[in-house]
Amino acid sequence: MPDGMLVDYDGLIPNNVGLNQDARLRKALETWHPGYIDWWKEMGPEGFQESLVYLRTAVSVDPKGWARFGYVKMPEYRWGILLAPAVEGRRIGFGQHKGEPAWQEVPGEYRAMLRRLIVIQGDTEPASVEQQRHLGKTAPSLYDMRNLFQVNVEEGRHLWAMVYLLQKYFGKDGREEAEELLRRRSGSRDAPRMLGAFNEATPDWLSFFMFTFFTDRDGKMQLEALAQSGFDPLSRTCRFMLTEEAHHMFVGETGVQRIVERTAQAMNAAGIEDPTDVERVRALGVIDLPLVQKKINLHFSLTLDLFGNEVSTNAANAYNAGLKGRYREDKIDDDHRLLDSTYPVLRLKEGRIVEEQVPALSALNMRLRDDYVADCRAGVERWNRVLEKANIPFRLTLPHVAFNRRIGEFAGAHVTPEGEVVDAASWAARCGSWLPSAEDGMFLEGLMRPEYAPGRYAGWIAPPKVGIDGKPGEFEYVKLHMA
Amino acid sequence: MDQAADAPHITFETEPARYRHWRLSVSGEVATLTLDVDPQGGLFLGYELKLNSYDLGVDIELADALQRLRFEHPTVRVAVLRSGKEGVFCAGANIRMLGRASHGHKVNFCKFTNETRCAIEDASENSGIKFLAAVNGTAAGGGYELAVAADRILLIDDRRSAVSLPETALLAVLPGTGGLTRVTDKRKVRRDLADLFCSTEEGVRGRRAVEWRLVDEAVPPSRWEERIAAAAAELAATSDRPRQAEGVALPPLAKSRGPDAIVYRHVRVALDRPAGRATITVLGPEADAPATPEAARTAGFWPLAMARELDDALLDLRFNEPRLGVLVLRSEGDAARVLAHDALLAAHPGDWFLREVRHLLKRVFKRLDLTSRSLFAVIEPGSCFAGSLAELVFAADRQYAFIGRPAGDNRPPAGLVLSALNFGAYPMANGLSRLAARFWGEPWRLDALRARIGESLPAEAAEEAGLVTAAYDEADWDEELRLVLEERASFSPDALTGMEANLRFVGPETMESRIFGRLSAWQNWIFQRPNAVGEKGALKLYGTGVQPEFDRERV
Ligand SMILES: [Fe+2]
Ligand SMILES: [Fe+2]
Repeated sequence: MPDGMLVDYDGLIPNNVGLNQDARLRKALETWHPGYIDWWKEMGPEGFQESLVYLRTAVSVDPKGWARFGYVKMPEYRWGILLAPAVEGRRIGFGQHKGEPAWQEVPGEYRAMLRRLIVIQGDTEPASVEQQRHLGKTAPSLYDMRNLFQVNVEEGRHLWAMVYLLQKYFGKDGREEAEELLRRRSGSRDAPRMLGAFNEATPDWLSFFMFTFFTDRDGKMQLEALAQSGFDPLSRTCRFMLTEEAHHMFVGETGVQRIVERTAQAMNAAGIEDPTDVERVRALGVIDLPLVQKKINLHFSLTLDLFGNEVSTNAANAYNAGLKGRYREDKIDDDHRLLDSTYPVLRLKEGRIVEEQVPALSALNMRLRDDYVADCRAGVERWNRVLEKANIPFRLTLPHVAFNRRIGEFAGAHVTPEGEVVDAASWAARCGSWLPSAEDGMFLEGLMRPEYAPGRYAGWIAPPKVGIDGKPGEFEYVKLHMA
Repeated sequence: MDQAADAPHITFETEPARYRHWRLSVSGEVATLTLDVDPQGGLFLGYELKLNSYDLGVDIELADALQRLRFEHPTVRVAVLRSGKEGVFCAGANIRMLGRASHGHKVNFCKFTNETRCAIEDASENSGIKFLAAVNGTAAGGGYELAVAADRILLIDDRRSAVSLPETALLAVLPGTGGLTRVTDKRKVRRDLADLFCSTEEGVRGRRAVEWRLVDEAVPPSRWEERIAAAAAELAATSDRPRQAEGVALPPLAKSRGPDAIVYRHVRVALDRPAGRATITVLGPEADAPATPEAARTAGFWPLAMARELDDALLDLRFNEPRLGVLVLRSEGDAARVLAHDALLAAHPGDWFLREVRHLLKRVFKRLDLTSRSLFAVIEPGSCFAGSLAELVFAADRQYAFIGRPAGDNRPPAGLVLSALNFGAYPMANGLSRLAARFWGEPWRLDALRARIGESLPAEAAEEAGLVTAAYDEADWDEELRLVLEERASFSPDALTGMEANLRFVGPETMESRIFGRLSAWQNWIFQRPNAVGEKGALKLYGTGVQPEFDRERV
């Protein structure tokens, strides 16, 4: 068995990092643990802390069978610290240290930069739990509720993973940052989460699915880039997190897909041919496709902001230092130094969107974003296949990357979803048809009625094709314990 | 950004309606200066002013705004400095701009921004305009240096916003606008914490920033606006500015700039490029002094108008004429009228306008002290170096006076007259009057001169009193002067800059003199070193992601 495959599942904190042999770290984590549990109880799923949820728990890091399923009360979930197995003789794959052995300790000169990368990643993990804490009350089925909670506990574990790195490798500063991660609150005015999209509300299930599709996918891209890191513990942590992250995006993609499917079914059954006949579609108790499109526009643009400035010194520094690579760096065939190459970046020049070649090192955010957009596009196409099969004359699309941006090159610019630059007045006049309105929100809110009977689904979403862990349709994914 | 011969001249005049980067708004006793830099509004091509970073053009607007608060808004008691951008207060001087700028431009830029920060402190100390920095986002480098120029600093405690001086860690240079000095001397941060602060790229947030004395208060966003208003009111209460007063509008200067001359109403500059020399001639008042402070209150009041022009001329020469290494200072006019203006300036210490004029003169003379050109005062028949105007003579590195009158010349003979204002109204950066600095080793001479206020001191008497370097009569004048100026032009400009700066500032140090002294000694040295500006230096490579390579040898 390669190093790190063995998981110690007996102590307070399941781990494969030799916690028993590291008294200092164990003390730090055990000191942090009660605060975490308090945070979970205060900010975790509201109203379901006593319910038994059929969850998977990571018990191994063997890719062939790393999880086991069982009923558990969420506060008793075994949040563990699990790193992907060490790769023998791993070397730094990019940047100025390319070819040197991967670091097992933090190089002093990169301490601050590394810590910042980890803190920013870490801050997103509890944020989404906070954003989604009220959704249990309006779950369209126990199946969906269970998926929500699965995502939530795993985001909690991702927080653990980042806290482990902070406490193990960053001394006193790291411990302070770990505490701060529990103090910030999504949407709080005084102590907000660090990144914009993680302070937005997730008021309904369509938002939740969009969030897990778009925003968790940003998480995936960031983790992929960090999984390439020359700092081996970070790389191993992120590689394991990615196995969990795949499920989050599955939840998002299939969630939207099932909504679209249900809407198509209902429209066909009622003989509605015009997908933009919003009033009639909504009267059927399903979500109209134009609203799905608006939500795509919103979540896509909010998430693009998470990639930061298109041309970024920080990204260049992190790459050159060997701390954060490109998406699938190890599969790319080039010099992995990028000192002489360029990369095309979209820029706003004199009111026009133009493509400009910039030094590749400084365009790494843009490159990761491009990979992200391609990844999203494939998912949207799968949604469209549902519409195609149902003969609905409507196609979902991704808006232009310049649409509705608050960070980067297009911040403050007025660009339509088609990519046309317009003036502020005409943008404002038309934005109601591009982004969800208060009225749309009220419609969704009205639709969000819980469905707690096993095997039953709210009228606006189709049942899944298959159950979790091979379970049959009426399986009771959550045994409710309502106070 | 190295200036080509045909490059357009940098101009220093602006007005609020033309600002691209700042907004000045006044509401009762509170003025708000909002920094909202237009990224496309850089003074030169080749960089964007992202994240409220600044170049000279941004600072020219700030300097203008300060001047207008003084003269046009006499009832403003507090100015709030804040950012119009979310999440960022100010990212400091634009690094790409610095990376491209010639060394000379960088030095002049730093000097100007320093003068402007000192002008903020001067306005607080002497004009009753208190400053509140409302740091509503990250303040890095020059952004934090801007904040520490204020009397009080509020930092928004949103768990993100930090103050930092990341220059050492990030750029291998130093904070160029007094950051290090103000951290220890003004904020009185303990030196080991200051060391930690200045080597932590990401800076310090919230409560810790307060504990370390880097800011005065960390304020949660929910109480932000309320605290700004309250803190502004507290500061306003400490101001002595008038409750009611009409401001004096500052109109654009009447300036014309030709290839060989810059001409204003009261100041003329002749540009002698072959000789590497500019001759600045200040013209005395055209009329008698106004009878009352009220009558003086116009932009045409000679000391005000002259000072604004001289200030503009000095900046113009610094930035646009780097090859003119010698400035010859002359004057023409009626000494009695200059003295009459001095008398009015001295007689009404409580008048807000006259106070502003005195402090403007003070700052312009300081600008002259800090101008790295050889300064030669030439006192000829028909000159009017009296009182305030004599400060130009005492600011000079050397003074030459003409004895008597040339044949056929019936202008009054050359001489000096002192007024009360020469004995403390116009301190240098080291806190001394120019006369006190001049007679640092002969204090009795200073005492003796105090008794001679108002007395006309012809060339020989001035020489006798130690007020001029040499006095020559008609037989020697032309030749001596020619030799002196030609000799000066033959020396190394760098050696002269260093020598002059050393000799001008005798005696004690103040925070201000330390700021400028350390800027020239350390920052300028570091700015020249390969570790910063070499092909593999940190400043050159900033933003490329490529790690700088340092020569590890300590010098
Ligand atoms: Fe996650
Ligand atoms: Fe996730």
